[in-house]
Amino acid sequence: MTEQFHEPGPGDPKYQRPGHTLDDPEFARLDVPLDEVDGTVEEHDPERYAEEGRGELRATGANEAVKSRGQWNQAFRRFAHDKTAMAGLILFVLLAGTALVNVLLNPGGYTVSYSNAYLVPPSWQHPFGTTLIGIDLFQACMRGLIVDLQVAFIVAGVSTIIGIGVGATAGFFGGKIDAALMQFVNLILMVPTLVVLIVLSNTLKSSSNTTVVLALLVAALSWTYMSRLVRAEFLSLRKRDFIEAARAIGASRRRIIFRHMLPNAMGPIAVNTTLTMAGAVLLESTLSFLGLGIQPPDVSLGRLLFDGQSYATIDWWVFAFPAGILLALILSIFVVGDGLQAAVDPRKSRNRK
Amino acid sequence: MTDATTTADLNGTTAEGPLLAFDNLTVTFTSDGATVYAIRGVTFSIAREEVVGLVGESGSGKSVTSLAAMGLLAKNATVGGSVKVLGREVVGLKEKDLSKIRGTDVAMIFQDPLTALNPVYTVGWQIIEALQAHRDFNDEQAKAEAIRLLTLAGIPRPEDRLSSYPHEFSGGMRQRVVIAIAMANQPQIILADEPTTALDVTVQAQVMRTLQLALEETKSSLLLITHDLGVIAGIADRVLVMYAGRIVESGTAEDIFYQPAMPYTHGLLGSIPSVDSDDGGKLAQVPGNPPVLTDAVVGCPFAPRCPMRQAVCLESEPSLQPVSDTHSSACHFASEVITLPIGQMFAVDDEVTP
Amino acid sequence: MLRYILRRILANSVNLIAISILAFWLVAISGDPLASLRLNPKIPKSTIELRIHQLHLDKGLAERYWIWLHGVIHGDFGISTSLNQPVGASFTSHFVVTLRMIIGATVLAIIVAVVTGVVAALRRGKVTDRAITFSNFVFLAVPTFVLALFLKLYVAGPINQHLGSPGNPLIPVSLDQNPTATGGFFQRLPDYASHMILPTITLTLVTYASWSLYQRSQVLEALDMDHVRLAKSKGLSSRRVLTHHVLRNALIPVVTVVALDFAGLLGGAIITENVFSWNGLGSWFINGVNAQDVNLTLAYVMVTALFVVMFNLLADVMYAVLDPRIKYD
Repeated sequence: MTEQFHEPGPGDPKYQRPGHTLDDPEFARLDVPLDEVDGTVEEHDPERYAEEGRGELRATGANEAVKSRGQWNQAFRRFAHDKTAMAGLILFVLLAGTALVNVLLNPGGYTVSYSNAYLVPPSWQHPFGTTLIGIDLFQACMRGLIVDLQVAFIVAGVSTIIGIGVGATAGFFGGKIDAALMQFVNLILMVPTLVVLIVLSNTLKSSSNTTVVLALLVAALSWTYMSRLVRAEFLSLRKRDFIEAARAIGASRRRIIFRHMLPNAMGPIAVNTTLTMAGAVLLESTLSFLGLGIQPPDVSLGRLLFDGQSYATIDWWVFAFPAGILLALILSIFVVGDGLQAAVDPRKSRNRK
Repeated sequence: MTDATTTADLNGTTAEGPLLAFDNLTVTFTSDGATVYAIRGVTFSIAREEVVGLVGESGSGKSVTSLAAMGLLAKNATVGGSVKVLGREVVGLKEKDLSKIRGTDVAMIFQDPLTALNPVYTVGWQIIEALQAHRDFNDEQAKAEAIRLLTLAGIPRPEDRLSSYPHEFSGGMRQRVVIAIAMANQPQIILADEPTTALDVTVQAQVMRTLQLALEETKSSLLLITHDLGVIAGIADRVLVMYAGRIVESGTAEDIFYQPAMPYTHGLLGSIPSVDSDDGGKLAQVPGNPPVLTDAVVGCPFAPRCPMRQAVCLESEPSLQPVSDTHSSACHFASEVITLPIGQMFAVDDEVTP
Repeated sequence: MLRYILRRILANSVNLIAISILAFWLVAISGDPLASLRLNPKIPKSTIELRIHQLHLDKGLAERYWIWLHGVIHGDFGISTSLNQPVGASFTSHFVVTLRMIIGATVLAIIVAVVTGVVAALRRGKVTDRAITFSNFVFLAVPTFVLALFLKLYVAGPINQHLGSPGNPLIPVSLDQNPTATGGFFQRLPDYASHMILPTITLTLVTYASWSLYQRSQVLEALDMDHVRLAKSKGLSSRRVLTHHVLRNALIPVVTVVALDFAGLLGGAIITENVFSWNGLGSWFINGVNAQDVNLTLAYVMVTALFVVMFNLLADVMYAVLDPRIKYD
């Protein structure tokens, strides 16, 4: 076992580094509150619970095997009662919903140029105003939202799957497989994602479906954090009683992974997925802001800001609306992610009251 | 050398009586809207140079008792009743005043020495810190005293070990360091909260021996909190049995070990492995789990697990009643229970119940 | 410890080589350095052919890589096709500019993060905590360029309009210095400083947030630790328990987080340089990419990777130094 990946112990920095979620500029700011890797004693000590006033006594190892319905229900309930998290969720649904409805009603709206309405401030006809080339800003923003949502979900899906795959394999098998995989992960993490995207921006510009290609690229670079997280979870789960028990009764490896280990890791995985989504949106918008991402005639929120920056002091709507929507989108994803974290593991929540 | 603000006179006993006195102590925790009644009225006291054992399962509230005496409970704890250290009320005392008492009048030994010691400081530094908090030692004097304390605690080559970090010690040695720290300022009362629970059985005896040496050195009283009756045997003068946040039996060591008057105590005694037991070493278990104290208790809290329960047990909670001069029990049928032979109250279980 | 460092350096060197291969391949397939030349009808074919030969573009990929690697080992990153000079020549000047932006912001961000994180943790649940945590979230979610633009357009803009004179803004929004300024370093210092205001504020704000949240959680964890209870039980004053037993333990991990976040800082610098028109390494890089300048692009990528590796190693070393439990050998 190379010392780079020595078994994580208490206070091991590698599993408590938030900045390492995704290393490019925006990602680097995301906080992934990774759980401690060990820490089973607490759960079985009712005295500790008494100190915090939680009346439940956890069951013994046998009942932990698969997260009971009760525990998921509890998590959902906690989330539902979290006002901030619910607000974030509602905001996200509102944004996504509006964008989707708009796509159904007016899919090409962002391509229409109103020749008599260049850089017109918000009005009844154009609630967000128009851009330099007369495009209705509301339509453009909606299109930008769709693009960002596409990117967010593609990245979330692909990187989560790859991340779980790699992380579970590394964490479950350990040894040389683990070392090799982590070495590979390290390699990917050497160059910030934004830098890679910029390097490949020329190819990106000339591809037919920039959105999807961009999303896949980002996904190909983002799964690393998920894999580390899953690996850490699996490494700690491997030592738990109920896994030993499952092994002892001869459960197949596949069964152990899917029925026992994965459900227990679901909470942190879900949280990490939301963070990955937020990061993907940040990346795409940053790249587009540099002029290197989504190209005309297609539109993205970052691109709108790129186009409008030179005259935004006077024509404020060209900045306010795209920036506002972008901020709202990212913030809502963040807040939901934090709410998930609190719902899944209230003791480790960042916002413990 | 004790702080002049305590009310102890030169003899070490207070004019008002016991060194540590609990009077109807209640502790309630609230969190996320849930309430846990951890301690529901505990009254006892410890006199000079006495060793009192406080026994109970996890969740009985025994640790909370000692934390209350030190003022170390979490912020969501509501404390009622009274705890007097050397005659001085501790409940509701401000941090500033509490820190004057801690370490000098009353000291504590924690359960897990690995987490109890700060990992980034050397052992010597931590002992010296304790010394210099209350006494006017310069670094040289403090160092010499620290070496003396480590020697007393049975740590070999103490001069060298001063600069070792906690993780460089074995579990038993670490706990001795914790004992040394507790001894540092000659406290009159030592509270030992499960001092041997986190240690191997072989090491436990050594640590208990060290604890006894500490008591001889400092002439302190000891409140020994544990779930293991074997640890208490031989060192305790008096024993208190705690269950569901209350004391359910109290008496001298002889009273408790030879003539328990409460079914729960019978159960605890019956589950001690004994070299000369004649049924092939099966242990009697007390079936069930201790109650979760989120609601007010109706009836005797032990009733669900008690083989002797009657209707009255489910209706009213028995109070602690004297059975002899030294012995009290909280059981409606104490006078009967006291006559029963030990180890027969609970059936020996052939099957493993999860 | 020394052995550990050496082994890490060795492992990382291997990684760096691997990255260089990958990067070379990616850059090679993603741009044609002669694209602009080819488009220009006035350039005769022979010139283009000559260029191809000079840049070794007529050779195979592997051979080109080898030539490049050979040069790099000798410190020569090749010729920049867009600037018509060796890559190394323009590197340093741009690097220094970026450094000026990053160093100030990092120091400031650390201070703000530690202070806000600790305060928020100590006042957990109260208004101060909520306010700090809320602003952390906002600055975490805000894209760097949005914040930079906002400050440039709607904060500095109006201030300059009302309080400054045209050509001499109070808070400069462009470039890292006044191009017409003369004099030695110290005379130009106020000029440098005023130009640094906005970029530093921007970078600080977007960087501190995650560190602050992390610091807060570390302090909260430290407060819960058993050794804090033991420290209190020794009769130490609350102040001493806080400084010596809570903060001393809680400050360690943040140090490493900061070092590890370096890659993020570099990326943030790219954007900030773009918005405020600084001629730093980021602009150098982007211009190079736009001009399909292979050598320059590669140089930037390799330098970035090198810095990431260095700071990762620094983080591990610092952690080992500060936490006696960590042993590397």
